[in-house]
Amino acid sequence: MTRLAGVVAVNTFREAVRDRVLYSLLFFALLMIAAAILVGQISIGIETLVIINLGLSAISIIGLMMAVFIGVGLVYKEMDKRTLYAVLSKPIRRWEFLTGKFAGLLLTLLVNTALMTLGLAAALLYVKHSFAAADVTILVAVYFILLKLALITALALFFSCFSSPLLSILFTVGIYVAGLFASDIRTFGHITGSRALDAIAVAFSYLIPNFNNFNITASAAYGRAVPAKLILDNTLYAAVYAAIVLLAAAAAFSRRNLK
Amino acid sequence: MASPAIEIEGLTKDFPVGFWQAKKRRALDDLSLQVETGEVLGFLGPNGAGKTTTLKLLVGLIFPTAGTARILGHPISDVSMHRKIGFLPEQPYFYDYLTAPELLDYFARFFGLPAADRRERVDRLLKKVGLDGTRKIQLRKYSKGMLQRAGLAQAMLHDPEVLILDEPMSGLDPVGRREMREIILELKREGRTILFSTHILPDAEMICDRVAVVVAGKLRGVGSPDQIVSVKVRGMEILFEPRGARPLPAALAGQATQIGNRRRIEVAEADLYSALEQLKTAGAGVLSVTQIKSTLEDYFLDLVGAERATPHAVEVSEK
Repeated sequence: MTRLAGVVAVNTFREAVRDRVLYSLLFFALLMIAAAILVGQISIGIETLVIINLGLSAISIIGLMMAVFIGVGLVYKEMDKRTLYAVLSKPIRRWEFLTGKFAGLLLTLLVNTALMTLGLAAALLYVKHSFAAADVTILVAVYFILLKLALITALALFFSCFSSPLLSILFTVGIYVAGLFASDIRTFGHITGSRALDAIAVAFSYLIPNFNNFNITASAAYGRAVPAKLILDNTLYAAVYAAIVLLAAAAAFSRRNLK
Repeated sequence: MASPAIEIEGLTKDFPVGFWQAKKRRALDDLSLQVETGEVLGFLGPNGAGKTTTLKLLVGLIFPTAGTARILGHPISDVSMHRKIGFLPEQPYFYDYLTAPELLDYFARFFGLPAADRRERVDRLLKKVGLDGTRKIQLRKYSKGMLQRAGLAQAMLHDPEVLILDEPMSGLDPVGRREMREIILELKREGRTILFSTHILPDAEMICDRVAVVVAGKLRGVGSPDQIVSVKVRGMEILFEPRGARPLPAALAGQATQIGNRRRIEVAEADLYSALEQLKTAGAGVLSVTQIKSTLEDYFLDLVGAERATPHAVEVSEK
């Protein structure tokens, strides 16, 4: 990332903070407090399981909503409100601006997710009174959620370079949902019996991001160790996929006429 | 002689229109123009004439269909050239969650200025554009005129050699417009080149070395305001008070306009003495006799009128 992209990233983060995006944390805090207090009374013996499941799901869903709803407006809003005019008249390249917006939202998501993770840890401590070594898996699960959010942010940013926010939301959420079923789409292709359909289904399933790989909530809840190879693979996969999507976004945005 | 600060050659811009975007609408047609180093050039034209399109092309916000342009010898596609130019967009809008000092500091960072230098520049410019008293107010609470001032400050932030200002006077009250004119003239005195668009013609007449008139995407004339408008007298204006008992001759009475107790008539230069004689006979008191000269506005209205009367006029739009 260049210095100029960094300048844009910091401002994007500042915008999110001033637009009170981090208020979502309040909702999460209330959820965790309520869960910690109530869960002990209704689910004897499986409090930890419920808290981890609920916490990780909430971290994922809140992050997902932020990535999609802020992501689709990252560039569109600047074009629509014409705040981009003064920015692009400065010596910054369009791809640097895009990278900065991406990094800014990623920073917002990172801070938000880190604070929610602290909330989850506090709720767990309240229920369990101590941490075990296996709880490290929760951190890996959170890291995977962040990787997933980076991918979704890149997709939302890509669509926002050439379509309206509503369409961008539809496209991004559509790809996310399809990505959850990437392996099912492959299986569907095999059982059709048609070679052509099978080939299309396989190609499509590899083209869309496989979001299932990033979901290890069950492992985290049961304290099962996550293989180092999966961490490495997921990191590489997310990095390469996001980079390709950002390159495509930069290509779409570089020749775009601003209205 | 120094090379021109801005050289535009055959710049053309088509915008796709319609659902399938298959049709094209020409917003700018083969514009060639030079802005000399150190001059103030006013870019005049009615709404939708292609002024903003031209300025946006120069700054790289949109891309030309044909033609080229160079600023300070650099092609407009060269983003590093933006270090030397300042741009004020039309009806500027900025991040409304920032205050003016925060906005200017943000923009100053694009030029890699150290913190102390940024602070000094921000303070100086806020004072210069008259926003020093609104430092703590977020831009969302700014009036249109205040945003215009903030816009000018961000355009001057890095001491650019060339300033491109899109409708700098719009949104400003008479005091603000005078201040803007003074700032532009001060920038000129500092040796900077200024290209600005406007449809407020008296402003252009007051501060421009030359004006370029664009109508329906085409350049219609370039020259000093004096060259552009004809200096010949179009007629004479007589202001008088009908004091006598005798009525005015019908020919004069018919064309007189009542302004309070006074009346005003316009006559051809050759008919001046006969009109004055008739007023004398009627016992009217002549208050003043003034030459009516063509103004830039007349020239402008003639051009626009001729364009609209042309059946094959190109339909243009900036959208």
